[in-house]
Amino acid sequence: MPRLSYLETLEAESIHIIREVACEFQNPVMLYSIGKDSSVMLRLAQKAFHPAPIPFPVLHVDTSYKFREMIAFRDWYTAQIGVKLIVHKNQEALDAGATPYKLGTSRCCGFLKTQSLLDGLREGGFDAAFGGARRDEEKSRAKERIYSFRDTRGQWDPKNQRPELWNLYNGRVEPGESIRVFPLSNWTELDVWEYIHAEKIPVVPLYFAKERPMLQRGDQLISPELDIIPRLPGEKPVMVKCRMRSLGCSPCTGAIRSEADTIPKIIEELISFRRSERENRVIDFDQEGSMEIKKREGYF
Amino acid sequence: MATLPAAPAFSIEQFLEEERGKDLLRFTTAGSVDDGKSTLIGRLLYDSRNVYEDQVRSVTKASVNRSAGPIDFSLLTDGLRAEREQGITIDVAYRYFATARRKFIIADTPGHEQYTRNMATGASTADLAIILIDARKGVLPQSRRHTFIASLLGIRRLAVAVNKMDLVDYSESVFQEIREAFLAWHPHPEQCYFLPISALEGDNVVERSARMPWFQGPSLLEYLETVETGAQDAAAGQPFRFPVQRVIRPNQDFRGYAGQIASGAIRPGDEVCALPSGRHSRVRSIATFDGDLEEACAPMSVTLTLEDELDLSRGDMLAEAPKPPGAAAHFETRLVWLNQKPLDLKRRYLLKHTAQLVSARISAPQRIDVQTLQSAPAATLEMNDIATVEIETSKPLFFDPYVRNRITGSLVLIDVETNATVAAGMIVRAVAAHASKPSGPVTTAERRARFGHRPATLFVGPRESLAAVLERRLFDRGCMAVWMREATPEGLRALEAAGAIAIATSPEPLDLPESDARAADILIERLFEADQKFEKGGGI
Ligand SMILES: Nc1nc2c(ncn2[C@@H]2O[C@H](COP(=O)(O)OP(=O)(O)O)[C@@H](O)[C@H]2O)c(=O)[nH]1
Repeated sequence: MPRLSYLETLEAESIHIIREVACEFQNPVMLYSIGKDSSVMLRLAQKAFHPAPIPFPVLHVDTSYKFREMIAFRDWYTAQIGVKLIVHKNQEALDAGATPYKLGTSRCCGFLKTQSLLDGLREGGFDAAFGGARRDEEKSRAKERIYSFRDTRGQWDPKNQRPELWNLYNGRVEPGESIRVFPLSNWTELDVWEYIHAEKIPVVPLYFAKERPMLQRGDQLISPELDIIPRLPGEKPVMVKCRMRSLGCSPCTGAIRSEADTIPKIIEELISFRRSERENRVIDFDQEGSMEIKKREGYF
Repeated sequence: MATLPAAPAFSIEQFLEEERGKDLLRFTTAGSVDDGKSTLIGRLLYDSRNVYEDQVRSVTKASVNRSAGPIDFSLLTDGLRAEREQGITIDVAYRYFATARRKFIIADTPGHEQYTRNMATGASTADLAIILIDARKGVLPQSRRHTFIASLLGIRRLAVAVNKMDLVDYSESVFQEIREAFLAWHPHPEQCYFLPISALEGDNVVERSARMPWFQGPSLLEYLETVETGAQDAAAGQPFRFPVQRVIRPNQDFRGYAGQIASGAIRPGDEVCALPSGRHSRVRSIATFDGDLEEACAPMSVTLTLEDELDLSRGDMLAEAPKPPGAAAHFETRLVWLNQKPLDLKRRYLLKHTAQLVSARISAPQRIDVQTLQSAPAATLEMNDIATVEIETSKPLFFDPYVRNRITGSLVLIDVETNATVAAGMIVRAVAAHASKPSGPVTTAERRARFGHRPATLFVGPRESLAAVLERRLFDRGCMAVWMREATPEGLRALEAAGAIAIATSPEPLDLPESDARAADILIERLFEADQKFEKGGGI
């Protein structure tokens, strides 16, 4: 018997996790961010239950500021694979005019992502939520468990996590409590791309380099597609060959200049980079350790 | 994030091809506080070009006041805010890196004496451990503790790195003395690779050191890239074990058993035996999203279909027919206590083993002194204690000794009140029923432990054929089930008292499918659901 490659090992481990959650929880949901990690997670869920359909819905927390191409891809792909899609928006905050410009990025995220996510989970009565986060993404994630326990307010206590040994996950929760599950914990960004390549998994076209109209602000390239983005005097979009390294809200996600228009080229670009992937997310520059603060409050 | 190959010859297709051939090595690190673990890992990542520029920048500006050279490598791996403030790592953190030869996952565990539990956690999935020793201090009691935990958790490869060689003038005799002292109490030279390093200066971490010409061995990274841990081969070489995680039944025509192969390999046509029923069948197909497979091995996650309808459910096991696992409800187990709340021998705990969740009681703890390896009876176990105990479960587990199989030999205990994971267990052997002789009348709990279920009475309506099918099904699953043809209330009570599942017809038809097989399925499902709820409630 040939030995498993590292990708096959990771795949087997992730499928085991997804099945465990589907068996031990009453009402799981898969968070779907439309990005590459979510695409991989969905494929693993398909594999976990094949030939049966995925036995839980996917939830997209829509801030209403996502790239248009993301929303189009979301609707097409979930229909294509036949999984139930739930979309949740914090309509109250949006009606009150929440934007990153009025509130600052971290408060805007607080209302439109964190709050909205918690509301969406509560409304659905979900007791387990899969997320596509990876431990290699950010330092504070390195200690995250695969089953991450959240109290009744959805909050994370880094000091009070359950030890996790072997492949024995403890999914016991009281009513109102829940867990977040990270089946991709042990994957790296490169692993994710290699898997997408090997498995031919569809991803949002924004990941591929193309001439796009962009606002150039210092080092950052911001998409002008939403009219909430305030223009500086005389500022005009210019055509730049660029792509997104990670997908988020269009005002807060910077593009990178790139020629990578195929997955192998993206992988090639990745291994020649010495910059970690979240750098292009404007939001993470707020404060040192900001991801950890968000997570304590209930963010993924 | 792999090491960047040399530019001119680089071809992405070739790179992807090489990537596909790489395997995965998981290792853990152990050392006392300040032995240099964080520095070593930071150095390993940095020198193998697995650190991004912005990570280096953010560490250079991190507002922590610790003595260091130009880059404090240890900060590359220090995670949480609270820990950064205290300046120590207090939990298990996982790191990922790759070289041209292999992919690695590091379980980075802190060295504080009290954190046995963290090290056990990190070691549980590792194939290799790096044991760090400060060259100035030599082999400390903690080194012994770390080595013991590593072998307890089944690690058979140790890299013993004597660090801070720069502070002892790169002296060969210091290194040799430490090596001998270590082997004096861990007499397994075949398991150990000793090497002198300086994590701070980088000697023998990634590059071989010119400052220690007396040492000829490979650097730490070279060793990690080439060492054969044989972990996967060992798992693949064991008899086939397949704990059923879930029954996949999208329609009438397909009934598959989903799970991750714990050990061994399987092909269509192979004979398997199902536990607990003990019935045999053959594998019809190995179904996956990517099509049926000709063969599958540990640790793949697959779905198996069988030639016969065997009525398996979650927690059951498929195993190699001539070499079945042990099946027992009473074990000797090594236990690492992980929780602040000590072991309470009077209470029941939930026990998770493969896909089974059962109720368990602990007895006869013998605490192991990690320094002397002597054990002595104990009244309780506290956090970080290691002990040998006996465990009795409400249902039999299908297991192999942990030394042979890390998946079917491992278990965790869960506190029913707090839901905390309180202990990690490694099964040593089944305890023969006569080994501990309880006295007095036989209790309901004892009957339950023997039969693996609660007593119950099932009324099936007026259908005698259903009663017969149900009795057969339950009996084949290993249940003590009796269809009482001329049922009387006294008779049924007597059967219940004997711990049996009594089956009886009743005048009123029940709302059940017409097919006896389907109806029996539903009644069995209900019965075991009630049994599970009962377990979740904390037991008898
Ligand atoms: N001179 C010298 N100092 C070292 C070496 N490795 C680590 N240190 C220092 O030892 C101290 C503790 O190191 P650290 O990596 O934080 O230890 P940890 O507690 O095991 O993670 C720090 O001040 C390091 O700079 C080494 O090889 N040589």
